[in-house]
Amino acid sequence: MASKKEKKEEKIRFSTLIIDGTKYRTLLTDKFKNRSKFQEKDPGMIKAFIPGTIVKVRARKGKRVKEGDLLMVLEAMKMRNVVASPVDGVIRKVHVKVLDIVSKNQLMIEIDHEENS
Amino acid sequence: MGLKSKSSDLRRRLRYARRGGGEKAIEKQKAIGKLTARERIISLLDPKSFHEYDLFVEHAGKDFDMDKKYLPGDGVITGTGMISGHPVCIYAQDFTVAGGSLGWMHAKKITKIMDHALKLKVPLIGINDSGGARIQEGVNSLAGYGEIFFRNTLASGVIPQISVILGPCAGGAVYSPALTDFVFTVNNITKMFITGPEVIKTVLGEEISMEDLGGARVHCETSGNAHFYAESEEECFSQIKQLVSFIPWNNVKKADRFPKKTPKTRQYKIDSVMPSDPKQPYDVRLLIKSVVDDSEFLEVQDLFAQNIVVGFARINGESVGIVANQPLVLAGVLDIDSSDKAARFIRFCDSFNIPLVTLVDLPGYLPGVDQEHSGVIRHGAKILYAYSEATVPKITLITRKAYGGGYIAMCSHHLRADFVFAWPTAEIAVMGPEGAANIIFRKEIFTAEDPDKVRKQKVNEYKEKFANPYVAAAYGYIDAVIEPEETRKMLIHALDISREKDITLPRKKHGIPPF
Repeated sequence: MASKKEKKEEKIRFSTLIIDGTKYRTLLTDKFKNRSKFQEKDPGMIKAFIPGTIVKVRARKGKRVKEGDLLMVLEAMKMRNVVASPVDGVIRKVHVKVLDIVSKNQLMIEIDHEENS
Repeated sequence: MGLKSKSSDLRRRLRYARRGGGEKAIEKQKAIGKLTARERIISLLDPKSFHEYDLFVEHAGKDFDMDKKYLPGDGVITGTGMISGHPVCIYAQDFTVAGGSLGWMHAKKITKIMDHALKLKVPLIGINDSGGARIQEGVNSLAGYGEIFFRNTLASGVIPQISVILGPCAGGAVYSPALTDFVFTVNNITKMFITGPEVIKTVLGEEISMEDLGGARVHCETSGNAHFYAESEEECFSQIKQLVSFIPWNNVKKADRFPKKTPKTRQYKIDSVMPSDPKQPYDVRLLIKSVVDDSEFLEVQDLFAQNIVVGFARINGESVGIVANQPLVLAGVLDIDSSDKAARFIRFCDSFNIPLVTLVDLPGYLPGVDQEHSGVIRHGAKILYAYSEATVPKITLITRKAYGGGYIAMCSHHLRADFVFAWPTAEIAVMGPEGAANIIFRKEIFTAEDPDKVRKQKVNEYKEKFANPYVAAAYGYIDAVIEPEETRKMLIHALDISREKDITLPRKKHGIPPF
C-alpha cells in the first residue's frame, strides 16, 4: 500500500520554494498561490473601505478638490459613510454612480494628486 | 386511575412527544440525506445506552400566538449514553420541530445537559441542526445562546467538547461550535456562517451558494473552523467514535490504554519513506505510521494548513498527540495557519494529559509580505506559547532540517521538551547552508574572481561543519543521536519514563496567549 502511494507521489509535479537561498521541492497550497501580492498605496486611488451602496456622488471628472472635500457617500451596514478626498488634486475618473453596489477594495474614484498645491 | 392505566398514559405521552415534527417534516429531513435527531443519537451511541431527559419540556413563547402551539421537546433531544463504553452527555437539535430553532426552554435543556457534563466530568457532544434563533421569542433566544457560550467556555479544558454540524448552524449559533474542541462536518449537509448568502447578496451584491460560503469543504480546507470532514453522517459518527477512543473523559483522567500493537512495518518502513537529501519532499504521515501502534493515525484538520500534520496515535498502547512538519507541502514551513492549527492541538493535548510527540523537519517560517502583514509574528507566536506552557511529557525527534526560529518553535529543549532526539541526518542550524554561507562569507564571495565557485565551496564548508546534529549535541540541546530504526524503541522508553512527570507553572489567574 505504502509503496503504491510512494509511486503515486513520484508522479506528482513538485514546485520549488526558496527559503534562505535554498531551493526545496514541495507542493504549494492554493492559499499560497492565491496570496495577495503587495502593491504600494496610491492615495489618489479611492477604494471602497467597506462593501456597500453609493447613495451620493459629488465628484465629477475634471473637478478640482481639496483634502477633506466630500467626494461621495457610501452606505454600508446601515451607516452613511462620508468619503472625503485624502489629497488635493484633480479628479481623473469617477467609476461609480448613485445606487451602485461596491465590493470591498473596489476602485471608485481616481484623483491626480498635486503635492504642495 | 391505577398504576396500569397511569403507565399506559405515560406511554401515550412518550409516543406523542417522540414523534418530533411529524411525518411530513421527517420526510423532508430524509429527502436531503439527513437522519432525524433521534436516529443520529441512536447510531452514534452504544446500542440501548441512550437515556433521554426533559422530553416533556414545553416552550416558553407567549407572543405571536406561540402559546397555542405544541413543540415536542421544544426542538431538542438531550440525554446521556455511552460511546464504546465511555459515558457522554449529548444533545441533538431536531430540525423537524420548528426548524430546530432555539427558544428559551430549548436553550435551557441544552444548558442543563451541559451543566450535567461539567459536574459529572464526562465529554459533551452537541449535534447542531437549527434554523437559528426563534424570532418569536425575541431577546430570550439571544439569552439562550449567551448561556450556552458561557458554559462552553467554562467547560473548555475540563471536559472534551465535540460539535457535530449536521444541518444549518448560522448567525450567533456558530459560536458554540467555535468554542468547542472539535467540529465535525458532512459534505452537502453542514452549513455554517455568520451571515447567509441572502444577506450577502442584498448588502454586497455578491452571489454565492450556501455550500461555497459555509459548507463542510470550506470550513475544513479554507477557514480552518472545522476539524473533520465526512461524506456521510455514518462516516462522521465513526470518526467521532475513533476520536473518543483516543481522549480521556476529563482533564484529571488519562486516555484509555489499549493493548500494545506493533506498526505495520511491511507497509510502512522508515528507510523507504525518507529521502536523505534535505531538499527532497516526503509524506511525513508515512513516517508517523511507521512508528505508531498498528500504524493507526487519526489526523485532525487533515485538509487545513497541510504544511503541518497533527493528530492522535498510540505508542505501546498509550495515546499520544503527534505534531509533525510536512515537507510534502510548502516544504513544511511554519506560517500563520499552521502555527494556529498546531497551537490549538497542543493545548488540547496538554489540557487532557495526552503526551506530545513532535517530529521536526522544517526550513523555518514562511517568508512573504502577505504573511508579515497578516500578522505572522503574533500568530507564529501561538505555537511557542502552546509548547512552552504544556506540562505533559514532551518528546521531540529531529529527522532532518531544524533551522532558525523553526527549530526553537518545534518543541526544542529551550521550550522544555523532556527529550530531544535527532537522527544522524539532522541539521540543527541558524539557517540553511546556502543562506548562512552567503552572509558569513559575503566578502570572500563577492570579491572572488569566480563568485559562484567560491560560494559553492563556502556552502560546502558550512555544510560539513554545521549541517549535522553534533554541534547542538555538544551543547546538550540534543539528548541523543539515534539510528532511525531505534525511533520507536526510544519513543516508548521516553514515554514510559515520563509517566509520572509533574511540574507546575508559576501561579497565575491565566496566561495571555497571542490569540
